[in-house]
Amino acid sequence: MAVTSRGVARVVPLAPAVVLLALFMLGPVVWSFYGSFTNAALTGPAALNPEWIGLDNYTALLGDPEFPKSLWLTVVFVFLSAVVGQNVMGILLAGLLRSAVKPVRSIASTVVVAAWVLPEIVAAFAAYAFFHSEGTLNTMLAGIGVTGPDWLYSTPMLAVIVANIWRGTAFSMMVYSAALAEVPPELTEAAQLDGANGMQRLAWVTLPVIRRSISTNLMLTTLQTLSVFTLIYVMTGGGPGTDSSTLPILAYQEAFKFAQVGYGTAIATVMIIVGAVFSVIYIRALRPEVD
Amino acid sequence: MAGTTTTPAVRTTSGGTAGQLAGPRIKATKVAANLVLLAIAVLFVLPMAWVLVASFDAGATLSFGLPDAVTTANFSAIMTPELTWLPLWNAFVLSAGSGAITVVVAVLAAYPLSRYRMRFGKYFLYSVLFGTCLPITAIMVPVYALFVQLNLLDSLPGTIFFMAATSLPMAIWMTKNFMDSVPISLEEAAWTEGASAMQALRRVVLPLMRPGIAVVFIFVFVQAWGNFFVPFVLLLSPEKQPAAVSIFAFFGQYGSVAYGQLAAYSLLYAAPVLGLYVLVTRISGSAFALAGAVKG
Repeated sequence: MAVTSRGVARVVPLAPAVVLLALFMLGPVVWSFYGSFTNAALTGPAALNPEWIGLDNYTALLGDPEFPKSLWLTVVFVFLSAVVGQNVMGILLAGLLRSAVKPVRSIASTVVVAAWVLPEIVAAFAAYAFFHSEGTLNTMLAGIGVTGPDWLYSTPMLAVIVANIWRGTAFSMMVYSAALAEVPPELTEAAQLDGANGMQRLAWVTLPVIRRSISTNLMLTTLQTLSVFTLIYVMTGGGPGTDSSTLPILAYQEAFKFAQVGYGTAIATVMIIVGAVFSVIYIRALRPEVD
Repeated sequence: MAGTTTTPAVRTTSGGTAGQLAGPRIKATKVAANLVLLAIAVLFVLPMAWVLVASFDAGATLSFGLPDAVTTANFSAIMTPELTWLPLWNAFVLSAGSGAITVVVAVLAAYPLSRYRMRFGKYFLYSVLFGTCLPITAIMVPVYALFVQLNLLDSLPGTIFFMAATSLPMAIWMTKNFMDSVPISLEEAAWTEGASAMQALRRVVLPLMRPGIAVVFIFVFVQAWGNFFVPFVLLLSPEKQPAAVSIFAFFGQYGSVAYGQLAAYSLLYAAPVLGLYVLVTRISGSAFALAGAVKG
């Protein structure tokens, strides 16, 4: 009896956390699975008392040409801006910072980190102004005699991908800076004495040593980029048409613009499953830290 | 976790390896590295420089350019109670409220996780880790539907508790790591003198991890302050909305004409976050503290 009551006393401090997480994190996830089988609407009777409609939302999803398009745009956005853009820029910057003189190093890292620390809506305005047809980019291009296109309309995906690289590279840069600092200098020195050039040292010595940081960072940037909403919503609104509507934008528009909450929830459920798969892979990689 | 012990990586001396083998080729590489970095820095700073310059420009456009006339008129135009001060106050209430709730709940939860070996502690930590990964944007539509059912829509406390819950997994993780580094021997002394676990936590552990708690609080505060999507979906009345949402409404109404005012508003709203970031780097002694925390 004494053992049990001590056990209970030990668990009590966890209660507030469990309640909050169950209500506001687990609750919406469960609700998402349930709601995606209903005809929930934004207002009216179907908002408070949604009816069970089975797999109708998912059938509609598969028949809707917007869904595969949006899925594809999401894959392109995540792959080019996070997996390629932020990671390559991050490791490049981390490497360059190591061989730079101090003033350059502090200027460059401060500027890159500032883009990441800014509130997302301010970063989105800054990127909007930069890529606008009358923005900074086209003014610079005009300076060298080139008439730039209206980036946000003619190449919306390119604009939001570059903007997301600008916004998010700092994270990868910091992760890789920490990782590179832990590479034993003897290893690269030995390779250098054996005649390996810079690229060979990077490919055969440095990258294998920091591979754990690489996989962690890939997972985290993928998950972060998967849920980017504000940047795209402010810059292009998902348009023109639906030409830059990634899944978060599509889910938002279906639910709140077209009042199809059930349908938007089905899209949300797809995102949760994708996110969950990535999370499980990531957590498996980190398992030794928990055990 | 690897990242929580943040190493001041960038401060590693640039000498080291290359210094011993320095030749003309390596010197050329170094010059090139510095030049490339400066070029990247210029590209990165341009979009942000627009916000700064346009906010003081009497005739601001969307393009970066030195102003013909420097003015503070943009700031005085937006500094009205309903446009700026109330939304900033709401943002403060949301951020400080969710920060305080998160810290208290995270400290309570971290204590047993850090101090006792519990059978389910491991599973709890796995779920917490899973929670840190969950894309919050993905759950906003179901959260809206849930808030309709719970009658919490357009409720400031409801939004505060939701934001506290979403930052809780990361906060528990960070707090547990900070707490793990407080030696248990000090509490054992308190226990032998008859203190309960909670007394030991309050009198012994918390004072020793004050910087860590400050970092967690600022981390949650900054996240909540910058959050646009959550209040955008959950708060409907303009008088309850925080700066992130009201600045977006301003952009929709006047954004296509009053660029200078939009920039001034953005600057005013971003300033506290930039200040807090500097504060965190001071507290934790590493410029990369937040990333280290996120990574860990």
